[in-house]
Amino acid sequence: MLEGSGLSVQLRQAGPIPLAVEFDCGEGEMLALIGPSGAGKTTILRTIAGLYRPQLGHIQCGQEVWLDTATSVDLPPYRRRAGMVFQSYALFPHMTALANVTAALGHRPPRERKARARKLLRLVNIEGLEERKPAALSGGQQQRVAVARALARDPAVLLLDEPFSAVDRHQRRRLQRELQDLRTQLKIPILLVTHDLDEAAALADRLCVIDRGETLQTGRAADLLAAPANDRVRNALDLSGESS
Amino acid sequence: MRPAFLGFRVALSFLFLGCSLAFSLLGLGLTAPAHAQSGPAIAAAADLQFVLGEISFEGLLLASLVANLPFAIQPMQRGFEAIPIEVRRAAACSGLAPWRVLWKIDLPLAWPGIVTGLVLAFAHTLGEFGVVLMVGGSIPGETRTIAIAIYDRVQAFDNRGAAVMSATLLALSLLALGITYMLSNRVGRRHA
Repeated sequence: MLEGSGLSVQLRQAGPIPLAVEFDCGEGEMLALIGPSGAGKTTILRTIAGLYRPQLGHIQCGQEVWLDTATSVDLPPYRRRAGMVFQSYALFPHMTALANVTAALGHRPPRERKARARKLLRLVNIEGLEERKPAALSGGQQQRVAVARALARDPAVLLLDEPFSAVDRHQRRRLQRELQDLRTQLKIPILLVTHDLDEAAALADRLCVIDRGETLQTGRAADLLAAPANDRVRNALDLSGESS
Repeated sequence: MRPAFLGFRVALSFLFLGCSLAFSLLGLGLTAPAHAQSGPAIAAAADLQFVLGEISFEGLLLASLVANLPFAIQPMQRGFEAIPIEVRRAAACSGLAPWRVLWKIDLPLAWPGIVTGLVLAFAHTLGEFGVVLMVGGSIPGETRTIAIAIYDRVQAFDNRGAAVMSATLLALSLLALGITYMLSNRVGRRHA
């Protein structure tokens, strides 16, 4: 990857959560972090967002260094331009859908915020539901509001933590199609955490296999499936029973 | 256990000591400096006496604060603890600085707990007896509370006056608790 473009992540930690992570994600690229439950995928995402500090690490997004333990650089989450969609969506329960998105527009002039929030909600197909509270929205609608809120701060990177895990199969397919459409309009690195190989292969440009906090192999889905680097990759992708 | 967490727990224990102490002991403790004759604590005692006085409104205020703070803190603490950590993290990831997270997320979500704490402390202070007797001196129009006045009426065999005051105290307490539940429900509906 060219220096100064996209996202570059290197993390090292012996414990309590072991980490040996190294990957890049280019502008407009979607990289799926895939691995079994408890592999450390969410921890990696939180580290990028600034919610977890590893013992050693370097995270650079574009020209901006967000974390460099060697020089004691560690930007707080609110100063990292990372839009994050949480697995539970974590919408603000006391605010309407519109207010949830407006809350993340603090960097824009006040008179622009409402119009921008409405535009983002239209982008994720939430029209006519702007004044509803999260409790009055379905799982799929909450997910869309969470995506709109993540995009509201004009992020330099979009982090999606198992965004389709709380919806049914029908909703999931629809939301996946919407995400693919949305991608064509975003020119930023997108990290998708998932344990679903089919989902990762269908949505992402490249896959990064993670097991016990360690990046094992990175590449296109077809290449990984055709030639897994070793048995750990095969196990992490649950390919043990299949012929390679 | 992390040192900061341990410190927080120790601080809370001291705070709740005010609740578990016999109020007469509390009153004695707070007025003791006024009786100090010598020793290294005499300067501090003189300062404290200035604030408390032996019988003064300021002294009563401080003593009531020590005795009643736990009633306010407990529901407020529960209110803040009930906010999911992911919601706070989402706020930080939405670009909200810590003070804005407090103002826009924590305070509105913990509001029922905050109101409950304030009203409970108010209602408990209304019926205050031991602390007022030890520190306040029951000065009519200044430091006498209804509870002390009821006691005085009973001592003077004025049972009718005591009954009227008791009914007033009961009505005020009911009103305070009614306001608490009303506000809590209103905030609950706002979240739905």
